[in-house]
Amino acid sequence: MNLLHAWRAFVGILKRELKRFVRQRERFIAALVRPLVWLVIFAAGFRAALGLSITEPYATYITYEIYVVPGLIGMIQLFNGMQSSLSMVYDQEMGSMRVLLTAPLPRWYLLLCKLAAGVVVSLLQIAAFLVFVALLDLDIPFQNIALALPALVLSGLMLGALGLLISSAIKQLENFAGVMNFVIFPMFFLSSALYPIWKMQESSDWLATLCVLNPFTHAIELIRFSLYGHFNGLALAVTTACTLVFFLAAIWSYNPARKFRANRTAAR
Amino acid sequence: MAVTAHDSSNEHVLEVESVGFSYGTKVALADISFRISAGETAFLLGPNGAGKSTLFSLICGLFQPQTGSVTVESHTATKPSALARLGIVFQSDTLDPDLSIADNLAYYAALHGFSSKDTNQRIQTVLQPMELADRKQEKVRTLNGGHRRRVDIARALMHNPRLLLLDEPTVGLDVPTRHALTQRLRSLAATQQCAVLWATHLVDEVTEDDRVLLMHQSQLHGDDIASALMSSHNVSSLSELMKLIIKKPNAEADS
Repeated sequence: MNLLHAWRAFVGILKRELKRFVRQRERFIAALVRPLVWLVIFAAGFRAALGLSITEPYATYITYEIYVVPGLIGMIQLFNGMQSSLSMVYDQEMGSMRVLLTAPLPRWYLLLCKLAAGVVVSLLQIAAFLVFVALLDLDIPFQNIALALPALVLSGLMLGALGLLISSAIKQLENFAGVMNFVIFPMFFLSSALYPIWKMQESSDWLATLCVLNPFTHAIELIRFSLYGHFNGLALAVTTACTLVFFLAAIWSYNPARKFRANRTAAR
Repeated sequence: MAVTAHDSSNEHVLEVESVGFSYGTKVALADISFRISAGETAFLLGPNGAGKSTLFSLICGLFQPQTGSVTVESHTATKPSALARLGIVFQSDTLDPDLSIADNLAYYAALHGFSSKDTNQRIQTVLQPMELADRKQEKVRTLNGGHRRRVDIARALMHNPRLLLLDEPTVGLDVPTRHALTQRLRSLAATQQCAVLWATHLVDEVTEDDRVLLMHQSQLHGDDIASALMSSHNVSSLSELMKLIIKKPNAEADS
């Protein structure tokens, strides 16, 4: 593979994703409003209901708003990953996926470019969210953002790869609503995004176990620890492994012959 | 009818050898073989469901043949080296409607590894004969069907392909637009000096002097100049020939 060719293809795919993102203003507003609603409204209520003890990586007692920020960053990436998945299904229906898959580059590389472009879009959304976090005067270690960047890229890749895998299994755009009910909500609520796992364990051991088994929990913990300058080996290992597994499975399942055959069957 | 392999002394750009493909138990292509040389145009003529689109998907590497082989200038069709030699106009619309003409072409150029400067020159070059150079900043959504097809064709020619695949390029267009586009494609095929495989089910797009690959029910029923195919079947037009092929079961059609 010619590296210059590969780079130009990536830039082309990224430009297209960015243009799409800018064009879809509602998507940007929704991506911003969703976590802000949690931060401003839900957190205000939960602060009184949820007592938080000193827990890693925090050095002292923190308010609920501060606890929930890494989880909401994860939420942005989770929704963005699924949004990318939706746009892949749209591309398949509109036919533009054929243009991508007939480009003179290996298929795995083209899918990786799509994935990476989605991560860049998610980072822009996170940057906009953090501006609002700063305006709310929350005590977040903004000086560690650069340190957290690799974690944000990795978690974005993992959730994007999951979206890619899901899009390879979805035959029609109409079926996408199921993803909301069966992927996004369980992943988000069965994680450490909104409450620490020990808090969940107080209510139910098996729910806490599900939270631990949820890769999204580890992505959030990776973000949380890196944001506070700490290293979480388990979170890094799980997030890396899940990224690889989801991506390899997506490449395997992105077989147009299988896909179009399924579409033909669905169309009959 | 005996299938006569069209011969050409030129170097073959596309070689399809004993290709077979099935969707589960449904056979889509059975033992298809033909070759196309540089500068040659061949019409893949057959009714809807004959297997033309499946054959196209195999040639452009979207599907892999289950038997036989497809090569483009000796490169296996699924390899990037073969895809770099292909220009494809898909049957369905594949342009991004919310991007401008120029943005759609630039995206394609990036996938083929062209620099920005080169891309701008190529956009100008391919849009000029399509009479769309002045409209390149317009969104594709605002174009009519005929103009969209022209953009599709311009895009397929951006990298000077060795083989141009046209999968029913005039489908869905009104008759005058279809005729104008057919003329434009014929003149492009003559000037580009690339091999052209043009799939259609519309017999009026084919003249008596054109090479025709006649497909029906997953099989190739003839490969010759249209007039020769007509006289060997004792019919006076291609539409009669099509009717004859469709009416007859496979065994009879081949006999």
